Amino acid sequence: MNVIVGLEIHCQLDTATKLFCGCSTDYRDDAPNTHVCPVCLGLPGALPVLNRRAVEYALRVAKALHCSVPEESVFARKNYFYPDLNKGFQITQYDKPLAVSGYLDIEGDDGEKRVRIARVHIEEDPGRLVHKGGSDRPRYSLVDYNRAGIPLIEIVTEPDLRSPQEARRFLNKLRATLEYLGVFDSEKEGSLRVDANVSLEGSERVEIKNITSYKGVEKALTFEITRQKNAIRRGQKVVRETRHFVEARGVTTSARSKEMEQDYRYFPEPDLPPLRVSDWVDGIVLPELPDARRQRFMDQYGCSPIHARTLTGDIRIAEFYEKVAGIDPALAATWVADTLLGELNYRDMSISAVPPEIFAGLLSLLKDRAITDRSGVEVLRVILDELKETGTCETPEACVGRLGLRVISASGEEGGDDPVTRAAREAIEENPQAAEDYRNGRKEALNYLVGQVMKKTRGCAKPADVHRVLLRLLDKGK
Amino acid sequence: MGAETLDFRPDDKYHAFLKIVPEAQYGPGRLSGVPVAVKDNISTAGIETTCASRILSGYVPPYDATVVSLLKAEGAAIVGKTNMDEFGMGSTTENSAFGPTLNPRDPGRVPGGSSGGSAAAVAAGLVPLALGTDTGGSIRCPAAFCGIVGLKPTYGRVSRYGLIAYGNSLEQVGPMAATVSGVNLLMSVICRHDPRDSTSLDAPYSHTPTMDIRGTRVGVPEEFFGEGVEPRVASVVWDAISLLERKGAEVVTCRMPSMEYALAAYYVTCMSEASSNLARFDGVRYGPPPDHRKPWHEAFQERRREGFGVEVRRRILIGTFALSSGYYGKYYAKAQAARRNVRRDFLRLFSEVDVIAGPTMPTVAFRFGEKSDPLSMYLSDILTVPANLAGIPAISVPCGKVEGLPVGLQIMGRWLEDERVVDVAYAYEQGAGQ
Repeated sequence: MNVIVGLEIHCQLDTATKLFCGCSTDYRDDAPNTHVCPVCLGLPGALPVLNRRAVEYALRVAKALHCSVPEESVFARKNYFYPDLNKGFQITQYDKPLAVSGYLDIEGDDGEKRVRIARVHIEEDPGRLVHKGGSDRPRYSLVDYNRAGIPLIEIVTEPDLRSPQEARRFLNKLRATLEYLGVFDSEKEGSLRVDANVSLEGSERVEIKNITSYKGVEKALTFEITRQKNAIRRGQKVVRETRHFVEARGVTTSARSKEMEQDYRYFPEPDLPPLRVSDWVDGIVLPELPDARRQRFMDQYGCSPIHARTLTGDIRIAEFYEKVAGIDPALAATWVADTLLGELNYRDMSISAVPPEIFAGLLSLLKDRAITDRSGVEVLRVILDELKETGTCETPEACVGRLGLRVISASGEEGGDDPVTRAAREAIEENPQAAEDYRNGRKEALNYLVGQVMKKTRGCAKPADVHRVLLRLLDKGK
Repeated sequence: MGAETLDFRPDDKYHAFLKIVPEAQYGPGRLSGVPVAVKDNISTAGIETTCASRILSGYVPPYDATVVSLLKAEGAAIVGKTNMDEFGMGSTTENSAFGPTLNPRDPGRVPGGSSGGSAAAVAAGLVPLALGTDTGGSIRCPAAFCGIVGLKPTYGRVSRYGLIAYGNSLEQVGPMAATVSGVNLLMSVICRHDPRDSTSLDAPYSHTPTMDIRGTRVGVPEEFFGEGVEPRVASVVWDAISLLERKGAEVVTCRMPSMEYALAAYYVTCMSEASSNLARFDGVRYGPPPDHRKPWHEAFQERRREGFGVEVRRRILIGTFALSSGYYGKYYAKAQAARRNVRRDFLRLFSEVDVIAGPTMPTVAFRFGEKSDPLSMYLSDILTVPANLAGIPAISVPCGKVEGLPVGLQIMGRWLEDERVVDVAYAYEQGAGQ
């Protein structure tokens, strides 16, 4: 059974002021209803004035998604009743959206894939309800209009996605693109919300509303596809309906059947003249986008295709990499893409928490072979833990000094008395069986002894040195 | 800034005002110390603004409408808020939730609506100047019924910021006064570009009326004297048109076929817009709070059922119906098509004539309760709504009487030619006075 998925994605445009007034969009940590004016409160008589910056941002997105921008787009009122809706309607675009018929190329399940974009339009966010007295049976609800009027764009795809994984990759690529455009900050609360339409070929379509995380989309789709497959297997029909995704339980639940669907009574917003911006689009110069940057990373820094994809998948990572690549592009690529991202992920930290100069210091130590790879990882862990805890950290140099991780070398001479040679002698003495095995031709035994020496030197010896010294001692004692 | 206080304690026996400001502040300027009455659907900071509706009683706007700021900037004293049909819905001011206004020319009759309070305040001599709003004739109708002058400006020339919306795409704030000069003065104060209103035009008004109308071509559409126009009213208006001819204007008759659909287009449009505009009055932030123990949709219903008057509920329901899916194409979209036809008709007419003249209202002021059936009430707006559909300027100037009751002459002009309709009205007014 073929899976058919289409997405409707709401993204918050990262403007300084709201869509129809001059109120600030940065309300984080501020008291409710402090970023409000007659316009965004929807007071009687107040009128909307469109934020040019929001339009510019939306046009950037339209262009990056290869959309065409019609001569004229029109704002419409979407009428419905809800306690957080300031005016009793939401200003959005309906039958004449800002941009139509574009695409975004992603890595599909079977290689490169083009996902068509049906439309991109601009709309305002309503307010927010705060339920007091427990989430199950709140005693009362308060309304906060700080969010009311936050500019959003809605991006609607054609039903071109074929699996939850593809949907996830599409969203990642879309997010990366929006961040490259400088119009979106995925780290802001409520910055992205997704509605997903899912059907199995030949069956009814189900809409899952309001998924608020990237992981949630994949989970919701996986659950929903399984649910639909099971229903069909049992001979039941999939009914056309709207469902909610319950993040905590990882399931979707029925919200209402399509027969009961709201009639939004759209009509053109009389207070805003039609928007004519098709000329404006030509003047918009797009920055380098993820695909172009990935190619450049391969050309300019010699990154492998896999590293290039990882490093360009998030603008913060790409920019971080470029700040430290000067030390040694190949070394930096491995250490950022493989080591750093893994350690960050483990700690649930963002790359923005890591000062590039600190990481550059670490790379320099590695490049000069002042520390071993293993010590490098140890230093990185210590530093990330410090950053997570306090927001600052010591330099890698200081850390290496404090932990005594500087590389120790074996002297080249026969019978030398350096720490590596001493550790090697000890290892051979403590593990006569291994030494014996090696001498009898079992090469793996040498690896065991190398491990023992590394342990004794706390990873500060260069493996090549250890190898050389061990061989010399073992061959001598033959 | 050296504000002074005007003592305002009028004998408001016609119930022109919903709210009086007995000690009104004023400053220096062209209107320094002039008492101005403001219709109660225009926001005034610190002064209760209710749109004559229970649902807004107790609402004190935290900000001034742009027109109010402009009045204050010229030193005017805002002395009170005038009565009106609830949310502007009506042609008699009988639909006020706080009781009707009486017509100072005959207290047994309605003052017209919906700016009936403003018209009565001027006609009774309580204030020299007042602001009204005109969605389908709401300035011109009461001006005609009360025997004063009222101008509906070109759509976009006067800011709507702060005007509590009824039919956004149709309505304009406009001046009302006893004379054309008064209207002209008030217009020059309130007509400004407003960056807070996206439909605002940059066409300020600075004009000295002239009575020289020689060579002005005056078109008189046959439809403006059709069935329903009271013959004695028609006769008085024709006399007025003849006077314009004697003053050197050239009068030609013409046809306006779109009139047939204008009224329907108007009502579908304004009711649709109203159904959306009034949705915010759900008891969450205005009026008495809803019963919080009930589910919110029930609480909303209850609040709206109790808070809105019959006419308002009727229009919300019709508007909601006209916009609903399956009917949009049949009603709203058709109304917009008819509206385009009206615009086209005016464009064609205005390529041949400079202004269009006719009666403002088909009859003189009704007696209270005379029109109980809403449809016959709606029909009385037939002559005023075309100007709103097209967004063009139109003025009503008193042009005589029938059985002692005033009749209004309506002059409509090209888009942005508010000055010209003022001139023609001025020429009539001055000519009639000679």
